Order: sequence, then structure tokens, then C-alpha cells
Amino acid sequence: MMKKSVRWPLLGGAFCLAAALSVAPVLAKDTVKVGYIGPLTGGNSAIGLGARNSADLAVKLQNADPKSKYQYELVALDDECKANIGVQVATKMAADAKIIGAATHYCSAVALGTVDIYHRFKMPVIVWGAVEPKITYGNDYPEIFRTIGTQEYQNKIAAAFMRSQGYKKFAIIHDTTDYGKAHKEFFTQFITADGAEVVGIFGVTAEQQDFTTELTKIKALNPEVLYFGGLTPLGVRIRSQMDKLGLKVQFEGTSGIKSDAYISGVGPALAEGTLSFLDGAPVEKLEGGKAFTQAYAQQGYAQPPEAMGIFAFASMKQIIGAIEKVGPSRKAIVKALQDLKEDDTLIGKVTYDKHGQNAIPLMTKYVVQDGKWTVWEDSEYASGKRSLIKVK
Amino acid sequence: MDISLLLQFFINGCMLGMMYALVAVGFTLFFGVLDVIVFSHGDSVMVGAFAGLTFYLLGVYAVPGLPVWASAFFVFLAGMAFVAGAGMLISRFVIMPLRAAPALNTLLATMMLGTVMREAVRLFFPDGSNPKPFPRLLPDWSWKFGDVLLRFDNLALFVAGCLLIVGVAMLINHTRLGMAIRAVAQDAEAAQIMGVNFPLIVLATFAIGSAVAAFAGLMNGLYYNEINFNLGLLLGAIGFSSAVIGGLGNVYGAILGGFVFAFLQVVGTVAMPFSSAYKDVFAFGVVIVLMAIFPTGILSERQSQRV
Repeated sequence: MMKKSVRWPLLGGAFCLAAALSVAPVLAKDTVKVGYIGPLTGGNSAIGLGARNSADLAVKLQNADPKSKYQYELVALDDECKANIGVQVATKMAADAKIIGAATHYCSAVALGTVDIYHRFKMPVIVWGAVEPKITYGNDYPEIFRTIGTQEYQNKIAAAFMRSQGYKKFAIIHDTTDYGKAHKEFFTQFITADGAEVVGIFGVTAEQQDFTTELTKIKALNPEVLYFGGLTPLGVRIRSQMDKLGLKVQFEGTSGIKSDAYISGVGPALAEGTLSFLDGAPVEKLEGGKAFTQAYAQQGYAQPPEAMGIFAFASMKQIIGAIEKVGPSRKAIVKALQDLKEDDTLIGKVTYDKHGQNAIPLMTKYVVQDGKWTVWEDSEYASGKRSLIKVK
Repeated sequence: MDISLLLQFFINGCMLGMMYALVAVGFTLFFGVLDVIVFSHGDSVMVGAFAGLTFYLLGVYAVPGLPVWASAFFVFLAGMAFVAGAGMLISRFVIMPLRAAPALNTLLATMMLGTVMREAVRLFFPDGSNPKPFPRLLPDWSWKFGDVLLRFDNLALFVAGCLLIVGVAMLINHTRLGMAIRAVAQDAEAAQIMGVNFPLIVLATFAIGSAVAAFAGLMNGLYYNEINFNLGLLLGAIGFSSAVIGGLGNVYGAILGGFVFAFLQVVGTVAMPFSSAYKDVFAFGVVIVLMAIFPTGILSERQSQRV
């Protein structure tokens, strides 16, 4: 008897509490977790930290918005740009049912290794920085989306541009990851189709320090351009060592070296004239760029957003947008992302094709001028005031 | 292939070999004296490079008008002293306490220590995740012989490296300290009974080995004009392999091993029919074969004396 008399008031209290909660939604928004994965340590962490901050910014801006239906919490994990680590953290994230969607990966080798996991756990992800085509086109997984363009398109633009500058003889150094190999393959394919010649191809490992042997051999092959398919740390070493060996040819990079770290690493004088190609457009040229830069500065992040920050920001915003629209359900979000048509984002309009690839990629050509990556069309190189290195 | 190209490859190989040899000397010294493999040694190289860069920046800040040769001298002196100090701390607080434990524990502890050093530089050096340009402290003179480019800075670094190695060899073979080191290497207990101050000798050995590693790091910085927090990783693996193929415990073997490894890499890139991506596979593969032929290293059989 005693028991019963205690139970009733308790139950009544619970009802009252529930009623109070339901009439005061402003006080207690449900918390929804969203994820971010990228290289937060290791040689590519500059890019990864910048992108993490940008994704974090998207979350913070949403939380500051009183109209937001949910309170968001960002879970950021580190893939170290290593496929084995990436698979572990992706599994950890995907297995956590509380994390509804994620913006993931800069390194293609990692992204290629993790897409199966996201598919298995039916977790929607938007790849913000990895550009290997097979990440989206190598599978039929509905969960995988990508805001950034692919290497195939990038190299098509790059090859056409280099031919238009009159270059005919290329030497290629690429790192031996899937990413570097794909750069080599696509660039070779497009540049030779355009009638140019590739005189030598050199694969190098991502930890290599010394390139003097490769560069000496390249010097003997006498190319007009040294094309490098790989990321900033190697790019810095190669450019520095080219100078040491007196290899005076045009240096052409890819999106992999389009970072401030490249210029500060080799020094502005040596970086001068380096070419690269990158999806999207510079922040200041984007419609929402000014607001993004301002908001980013306000948060006082320790690292700059780097080249990929805008993609991570746009990806995270799309995930949040989808959650706001259809609620925190992985399945519904996949559908919501598929249904987007010319979605207005920081990086321009985004529509996903049936592989989840952003079908409206925007590519910008850059050249280093006075220690800054400058849009080719705005540079003194395009206006003819300065010229790229041309070997006779 | 014409002769000038061969010569250029030879010069590249020599520079590389010198760096490997300097790293290998440390491995071999530590093994000789304490029978330990100090896996953080590669990262000492990296710390040396970063310490040099820091002292350079501090020097430029403190004494604005300092001539370049003076700052180069200062950078080498300060960088080597710093890493020598760090090496002594490592021996005192990581290696010595583990002396009674199985060798595997030291191996693991120093491996972890290497990671700590790497990550510490990455996290605490300003913008440490990114590659850093290393100042050009040596004159930019170069001579062209046909297609061969001989740079003064390369020559200076190579000669300085040779002098350092000769200096270390002299120190070990012709001084009281060297005699004590050799005594400890041969039989630590007997040496102690004969009045050798064992802890002091261990400290001295680590100071010497670490200073040589710092020199390798600074050489790396001046040669490539770029340093990064990760550079010790592969350099450590290569330095260790070089010490092993030369014969662990034998200083001359370490030097030989360093050059052997460098030239294997060059041959792997230049003369092999397969893609240059396999040059490390080739070099390490040959190392395995060499180890099968000379299980105790190329030199240690003939010269059984350790250190």
C-alpha cells in the first residue's frame, strides 16, 4: 500500500514536467550532432584545421540563429590523412546514431577508403575536399555527396590552359597515392590529347624529403614545364630543390598546393609564377564571401580557413539546412540533399547529379604574384606585364 | 648517359649520404655504449633544424646587423648545443631509468618519445604543421662545369660534415673521454670498476650523438632551404638502416652505411627500369639482402672493436 501512494504523485510530477517542456520549446531545443572529419594533425593539418574551423563556424552561426529548430553540436575527428586512421574514425562516427550527417575528408586516399562505411551505416556525408573522381563516380551509394569538383575536370582545364600558353614539353612528378596517380593520369590524358609531349613521369612517396635525383634526371630531359600532382608539403620541397639544382622551368601545381602554406614554405620570391587550379573562386569574389570572412574573423580561430574552408562551410551548411527541413533522420537527409536544385551556397549554386557529385563545378586558375595566389585573369601575367618561364 | 649528368648524380648522392651518415653515427654510438636503439634519434635531427631556425630568428631580432656568416656560425653552435642538452635529458630521464628493463621497453619508449617531439614541434612552433623556409645562410656562389652545377653551400656543408665526422672519430680514438666511452662500450661494469664515471660517460655520449644529429638537421635545412616537423621520421629509419648495414656499434660502418644507402636510392631512381616510386623499395630491399650476406654489418666482422 505504501508503495502505491508514493508512485502516483511521482507520475503526476513527470506529466507536469513533460507538459512544461512541450510549451517551452525555446528553452530546450533538441541537440543534434553533426560530424566533421579531416586531417587535424600531420602534414596536411593546415588545410584540415582551416576546414574544421569553417565547419564549426557554420554550426555556430546556426546556433546563434533564434529561428533554428535544433541546437547543433559539432563532432570533429582527425583522419591524419591516412586511410587506415580514416577508416577507424569514419566507423566511429558512422556507428554513432546520434551523429546525423557529416562533412568529410580532404585526402582522396582516405575518402576512397571510407565511402563503403558511410554507405553501410546509411550515413549521409558531403565530401568537402577530396577530388579523386571515383569517390563519387566509383560507386552508386546514395549517401555520398561532394561539393568540390573532381580531378578530371580540374586537369582538363589545366591542360587546355597550359596549351594555350604555348607549352609543349612536360615532365610530371606525382605522389603515389590514389590522389597523385589520378592527377598524373588525367593530366597526361588531356595534355597528350592536345598534342603535347610528356617526357618523363616520376612517382614519389608522400614522405620523401630528397628530390635532387628526380630533378636532375628531369633537367636532363629538358622539359618546358614541371607538373606536380600532389600536396603542399611535397610541393614546397620540390620547388625549393628545383631552385637549388638550377632547374629553371615553369612549375605547375594542382589544387593540392593552393594554400598559403605553399607560399610561406618556399618563400614569396621562389613561389612567384607558380600555377595552380582550384575549384570554386576566391572568397572575396564569392557573393557571401565578405560575410564569411567577417564571421570567421569574429570567432578568432587560431588558423586561417585556407583554400578549402569555404567548401567545408558550404557542406556543413547544407547538412544543417537539410536537418532543419526534414528533421534529424539520416534517410530523410539523403533524400533532401538529392532533391536540392541550384541550392545557393557560399561556393555558388549546387546541384547534385545521380552520383552525388556537384554538377556545377567552378574552376579558377591561380598564379603566385608578389607572395599571393592571384586569380590568373586579374594577374600581371595575364595582362602581359610579367611572363611565365618559357624555355627556348 | 653523359658524364656531367653522372657527376651531378654523384654530387647529389654525396650530400644525401653525408646526411644519412651523420644520423647513423648517433644510432651506432648509442648502441655501442648502452646497447640501446634510440628511435627518437631521427626526431632529434628535426629538433636540431627547428632549434637552428628559432635561434636564427632570435638572433636576427636581438642583433639586427649581424653578418650572415656570424649568424650561420651562431645557428650551428646554438642548435647543436640545444640538441646536445636535449639528448642528455633524454638519456638521463628516459634511457637510464629503463636500463634494467628489457631492450624492447627502451625501443618503445624512444619511439613514443619521437612522436612526442614531433607533435610538440608541430603544436608549439608557430604554425608548425606547415613546412618552414630555412634561411639561406651560406653564400649563393656556384660553379658550372658543363651541365654540372657545383654550389658553394653544398661543398661547404659536405666539408663541414667530413670535419665533424673526423672530429668525432678523433674524440673517440684519441682522448681520455673517448677512451672512457670505448671502455664503457666494451664492458660497462669493468669500466666502472676501473673508475670510469658511467653516468657521466652516458651523458657525454648522448651529447655527442645528439649534437651530430643536430648538425644533420641544420645541414638538411641549409641544403633544402625547407624544414618540416616530419623530416625526422624517414631520416630516422634510413639512419638506423645505414647503421645496421654498416655494422651497429662501428662508427666507420655507420658512415659507410649512410653513403651506401644514399647511392642505392640514386641508383634506384636513375638506373632501374621500374618507376622511380620504387626507389625506397629497391634501397631497403638491397639492405635486406646485405643483411643476409653480412648479418653483423659490413664492417663489424673485420673490426670487432665497438664504437
